[in-house]
Amino acid sequence: MPAAPVKAALGPVRRAFSPWTDPAAKPLIRFENVTKRFGDFTAVDNLTLNIYEREFFALLGPSGCGKTTLMRMLAGFEDPTEGHVFLEGRDIVGTPPYKRPVNMMFQSYALFPHMSVTDNVAFGLKQAGMPKEERAKRVDEMLTLVKLTQFAKRKPHQLSGGQRQRVALARSLALKPRVLLLDEPLGALDKKLREETQFELTDLQVTLGMTFLIVTHDQEEAMTVADRIAVMNHGEIIQVATPGEIYEQPNSRYVADFIGDVNIIPGKVENNASGNVKLKSEWTDAPILVTNPVECAQGGDAWLALRPEKLIVALEPPPPGTPNVLAGEVWDIGYLGDLSVYRVKIPSGDIVKATVTNRTRLVERPISWEDKVWLTWAPEQGVLLTN
Amino acid sequence: MPFLWLILLFLVPFLIVLKISLSTAVIAQPPYDPSFDLLVDGISGIWEKIRSFSFANYAFLADDPLYYQSYLSSLRIAGISTVLLLLIGYPIAYSMARAPKSLQPMLLMLVILPFWTSFLIRVYAWIGILKPEGLLSTFLIWLGVIDQPLAIMNTETAVFIGIVYSYLPFMVLPLYSSLEKLDETLLEAAADLGSPPIRSFWQITFPLSIPGIVAGCMLCFIPAVGEFVIPDLLGGSDTLMIGRTLWNEFFLNRDWPIASAVAVLLLLVLVVPIVIYQHVQQRQLEAEK
Repeated sequence: MPAAPVKAALGPVRRAFSPWTDPAAKPLIRFENVTKRFGDFTAVDNLTLNIYEREFFALLGPSGCGKTTLMRMLAGFEDPTEGHVFLEGRDIVGTPPYKRPVNMMFQSYALFPHMSVTDNVAFGLKQAGMPKEERAKRVDEMLTLVKLTQFAKRKPHQLSGGQRQRVALARSLALKPRVLLLDEPLGALDKKLREETQFELTDLQVTLGMTFLIVTHDQEEAMTVADRIAVMNHGEIIQVATPGEIYEQPNSRYVADFIGDVNIIPGKVENNASGNVKLKSEWTDAPILVTNPVECAQGGDAWLALRPEKLIVALEPPPPGTPNVLAGEVWDIGYLGDLSVYRVKIPSGDIVKATVTNRTRLVERPISWEDKVWLTWAPEQGVLLTN
Repeated sequence: MPFLWLILLFLVPFLIVLKISLSTAVIAQPPYDPSFDLLVDGISGIWEKIRSFSFANYAFLADDPLYYQSYLSSLRIAGISTVLLLLIGYPIAYSMARAPKSLQPMLLMLVILPFWTSFLIRVYAWIGILKPEGLLSTFLIWLGVIDQPLAIMNTETAVFIGIVYSYLPFMVLPLYSSLEKLDETLLEAAADLGSPPIRSFWQITFPLSIPGIVAGCMLCFIPAVGEFVIPDLLGGSDTLMIGRTLWNEFFLNRDWPIASAVAVLLLLVLVVPIVIYQHVQQRQLEAEK
């Protein structure tokens, strides 16, 4: 009898969880037709969004897209110019920040420099009027949670960046808020610490069973931590979906381009019968077939988004008449160790990126600079975009 | 280099004053004895003269209640003035630091602007305002608030008004500089954690502005203790302040040794707060590292 497999002692397992697909589910947070203007600049433009209990939700977008403003409206630092913000079904517009059951971890951490770590973490509990002994217990709990017990007496300036980040986290969690807001929480950490902390954050969120809302411009960070991501631009939400859907089924060129690497092939719809779309592109003589059903007008402009890793690179031409082929020559090779990125120049002068896993040793790599190559892909791999 | 500066501008004058304070008053030119002349006396002669120094002047200061009353009264007037300055200066500095960034240079300018007029002229101007037939009383009588002119001139009240007016920039500027540095996200964080604005002020803003408070109080208190012009012009004959006593000894009595002894003691009185100030500054510097 084979021995039972031994599992490593990992954090709690993240279960499949999708309240947003349940029409009966009540959102914990609801932004309803929210608009925020600063002078004649519109930071948030007529936006509606639901966030559910226990969700780890990410607001993702470039700086100035309105994601921070949206979060600050939930914290109470800004009030919407128009629209409503609901928390547990109650409109909280006009409620001052100190009366909202929402806590925020600031990008700069905003630790009180004249207070020790303990006093920083205890600050919120003190405002809430928690008795001294209970307070001390909770502070201790929080410091254990973020592994900072031995630094309790230090002042913030005696801590490293990573430790300060943990104090800020402990302080914002101490009050057990209904929602924890994280404003670019890992921006100030170096790459390695950032990646570690991302996983710790998700563990923590599952352990505590709390609702987290994170604002970030780092798509990798959003993909790692979040249950759902809202991609924002110019004060509007472009797409709200799980990381997988955002990556595999972006709804626009903006989202496809913002999340990860993508090739976008322009074309015209030639035929869209029975869920199969046939595209004609100037990039190739071969027809382009797409099986993902998308509403598109015959003869209209359309774009095919293709992830570099979905492409197959071949040194031999495929049999004539094969659809989904781009011919070109290898312009540049980026060797990343586990992967190689081939930048292929097609006759129109455009560059197409294809990534290939390096299953063989570098010296055996058959494809080299200026080789003539053919890129092919399966019809279900591309995503057709019409805007 | 800073030591050379200190020796030249502080230590040497101090030693001269100290020496005079240990001498005896005479009616002569200079009005004290002994005076050193290396060429006439030689080293041994100077040594003889040094041995003739006595603390008699200090003993005299201890005997005559005028002097220690002057000291106490100076400390009291400077202390009350400093508290008033803090109470008036803090709200000014706070609202300046909170004003829109584009307005701040202008507000700062307004605080500094009075310095462009001579200090003496500004104190004289207060005589014009405070005297019984002056602007203030005339205005209040015209308003019908009072029917007798106010008796402010030549009282301690006038001295307080003069000191508060003249020293306000010295209180406002350090307070402003420490309040202006305050990171506003700290207040947001406090609000986020459940602290209403007034509590946040006492828990965050106030403790973080203590270095500015200490600096402002020192900058006002120390010169106010030795203030001469304001009590002389605005105060009454019963307003005892050590600066005025000192001036009287020097210029009315021509008793340089006594006056010097008063000055040396004044310095000692002031060294205590200066040392405290230095200590606080040092601690703050260490905290910022």
